[in-house]
Amino acid sequence: MSRIGTIARRTFLVGSVAVVGGAAFGVYAARKPHPNPLQTGEGEAAITPYVRIDGGGVTLITPRADSGQGVYHVQAALIAEELDVDLDAIAIDPGPPAPAYWNTALGAEAAEFMVPAQGAMHNATEGVVTAAMKLMGLQITGGSTSVPDGFDKLRAAGASARETLKSAAAARSGVDVTLLETESGHVILPDGSRIAYPDLAPELAETPVVQDVPLRAPEDWRYIGKPMQRLDIVAKSTGTQTYGIDVEVEGMVHATVLLNPAQGGDLGDWDAAEALTMRGVTDIVPITGGLGIVADNTWRAFKAARAISAEWGAPDFPAEQEGHWAALEAAFTEEARDSRKRDDGDVEAALAEGEVIEAEYRAPYLAHAPLEPLSAIVRVNADSAEVWTGTQIPRFLQNNVARIAGIDAENVIVNAQMMGGSFGHRLEDEVVKHAAEIAVQMPGVPVKLTYSREEDMIHDYPRAIAMGRIRGRVSEGRVQALDLSIAQPSVMSSQMGRQGLSAPGPDSQIVAGAFEQPFALPHQRVTGYRATGLAPVSSWRSVGASSNGFFYNCALDELIHAAAADPLEERLRLVSDPLARAALEAVGEMSGWSGPTPEAGLGRGVALTRSFGVHCAQVVEVRDTEAGLRIARVWVAAEVGRIVDPVNFENLVQGGVIWGLGHAMNSEITYSGGVAQPDNFHDHAGMRIWQAPEIEVRGLENGDAVRGIGEPPVPPAAPALAGAIFAATGTRLREMPFNRSVTFA
Amino acid sequence: MKLTVNGTSHEVDVEEDMPLLWVLRDELGYKGVKYGCGIAQCGACTVHLDGVATRSCQIPAGSAEGAEVLTIEGLGQPDALHALQAAWIEHQVAQCGYCQSGQIMQAADLLSQVADPTDQDIDDAMGGNLCRCGTYPRIRAAIRSAAQAMKEV
Repeated sequence: MSRIGTIARRTFLVGSVAVVGGAAFGVYAARKPHPNPLQTGEGEAAITPYVRIDGGGVTLITPRADSGQGVYHVQAALIAEELDVDLDAIAIDPGPPAPAYWNTALGAEAAEFMVPAQGAMHNATEGVVTAAMKLMGLQITGGSTSVPDGFDKLRAAGASARETLKSAAAARSGVDVTLLETESGHVILPDGSRIAYPDLAPELAETPVVQDVPLRAPEDWRYIGKPMQRLDIVAKSTGTQTYGIDVEVEGMVHATVLLNPAQGGDLGDWDAAEALTMRGVTDIVPITGGLGIVADNTWRAFKAARAISAEWGAPDFPAEQEGHWAALEAAFTEEARDSRKRDDGDVEAALAEGEVIEAEYRAPYLAHAPLEPLSAIVRVNADSAEVWTGTQIPRFLQNNVARIAGIDAENVIVNAQMMGGSFGHRLEDEVVKHAAEIAVQMPGVPVKLTYSREEDMIHDYPRAIAMGRIRGRVSEGRVQALDLSIAQPSVMSSQMGRQGLSAPGPDSQIVAGAFEQPFALPHQRVTGYRATGLAPVSSWRSVGASSNGFFYNCALDELIHAAAADPLEERLRLVSDPLARAALEAVGEMSGWSGPTPEAGLGRGVALTRSFGVHCAQVVEVRDTEAGLRIARVWVAAEVGRIVDPVNFENLVQGGVIWGLGHAMNSEITYSGGVAQPDNFHDHAGMRIWQAPEIEVRGLENGDAVRGIGEPPVPPAAPALAGAIFAATGTRLREMPFNRSVTFA
Repeated sequence: MKLTVNGTSHEVDVEEDMPLLWVLRDELGYKGVKYGCGIAQCGACTVHLDGVATRSCQIPAGSAEGAEVLTIEGLGQPDALHALQAAWIEHQVAQCGYCQSGQIMQAADLLSQVADPTDQDIDDAMGGNLCRCGTYPRIRAAIRSAAQAMKEV
């Protein structure tokens, strides 16, 4: 029986994720629209789940979580494009967790979780997955899906709301609806008189929603494609933006945690007698894997945590780093083989014909470490609970709080907050569960839990460690064959497991960023191996592609060098997708490419990775100086189909490049005594301003599909840097971070 | 003890060794001052102490007594922007924005000492302020714009 066939009945497959009981609602439930979750009172109207209108004004609901990528703004702009409201005259609200806000793109585009669909076989899966997503109401922000998910849906919601407003105005004025216009939050009558949208709220409650309104043509767009002032930019430039960590609730107490330093290990005997005598400390209570410390001030809680002595159980992964690498090395076996998603030509035969080039590559665990440490406020009452936190998974945490509090999930109110970064960190909800475990021991009291930076970093679920082995052959100045084998733990299995979901079948993240690359080598094979027994891991900006894009591009570079070919020219000869070709040609032109070593001491590297449906090409230029290597300039071209806001686009691309380069330069998480090292920014900073290169960005809009840009700039950065360092110094770097081998200025 | 923040005098009852950061955030409600690392590695908590950019996570409250503390809220407000805040808006520097209070306070210190900073001056002065989103190219551009605007006043 196939692996899928062995999955229990009533288990519904979503890509590689199975949801127990998920199919119980049947297909009908998937086709029926979800109910509108917006509650309206007297004189208020909620037209579609995305537009709320009352006497006070117009509120746009922006359910995808904002971790700094500007997606609150982008969602509002997409609705406003059709609704005809001015962005400076509306309010936004992230809305409640509700099935109506399911992420279509995560289903459709990520049938195998975040690997974009290709081909008929994949399309067949898509419908099933999308239906399953809808059944679950997966309100997830991730996989660079917010723009693909919202691009049509939010504009349609705006258009529907606009036509419904016109319908209400027609009923009130007696004027035929076809004679009405809309502008700047008003319906305009033929005589020029104007009715403000909020004034129509009473009629709206009685007006049937107008459905299936045609969308405007791109030439009529007012917002999309033009520079906009982000809705949050003034608050974020004046210290007035409220983040989750800033929220205060009447009567709240401050708490922190002292967790087993070894991730996931148990709490043994503990002694908090001294801590309990410290000023402001009121309670110290056991929680899963540690203790909750409750005080009247965050710092007093931090200080008390350091005064507690405790014994800790061992983790269920190797205590020392060598054991982690050994587990990866041991995973290259037939039994551990997870997938072979690419097998072109006859790799074995081609490799048997002549000299084989071999190399081994390594990518470390990495912390997410957004600058805002994790925090959550939870209040648990007898039969309800309320949560204030920044999250990418509001529906999951709602269920988890309900389970801990022993109440129904619909009685858990989630107030989503602006996030001070995430990079995937807030796809986990341990901090919320810990806050709920403390809160359930203090009924009625809002408990604000703040992790110290140290707790945040050592209890992160890091980027998966990975190892790539390449074998290849060249002849007649050309790359002929590449055999890439990758060993990683399964991030989907680890991450979904923490939510009580199983992940049967192959995990495409083990090979994402490698198996689907647009290069037509005569012989090419990509095999994924699932390493087990390692530290628990999670999605880190660009997920599997963050390591595999490095392995794949470096493999090409090694072979191209052996063939004595030019890194850009040979890629252009091999590239098989016109969108990818255009991206490579763009960075060639932008950088004035004249080879990897335009002058002595100056090196250039090039890389292209297709990830999240985006072809992103980069050229990195490195100068070898007396003080060390300096990254001087970077040129980036990314194909996204449609750029919603060119300013935000450029900012996100530059940030993604800096993210990719900075961690490749100087960051890693290793384990010693079972504990993640380091625990703060002194040794895991990523890039600082003096290291930041000039970054020239070009967005390409040749493709038909609209894509997100949060993650795709990350994967090509590290290999382009490695290529540049090789060109400048002759040193081939095969392990990140590169400062293990070279010095940066 | 008595603390003067943004020109307002506050009486607070805290331990001498409580870091100024936590007095400002938890006792006095100046939430624009951010906690990022607690060990002077990120700069998110930067305030001015008698006009000098200082990591408030490293200043015991007792030693701030008698000094003038300036936070981002005192530098400028949405309806009365400091030139740096206006430049930060013009260049749309922020992504998550969490570090930007500290970045702006550090940049204000720089411009008070060097009216027309070079890129090297900027990199030297801002090196301790971490931005995990990677907005550095825009921080540089905004500081240059603000310097220009302040010269023209």
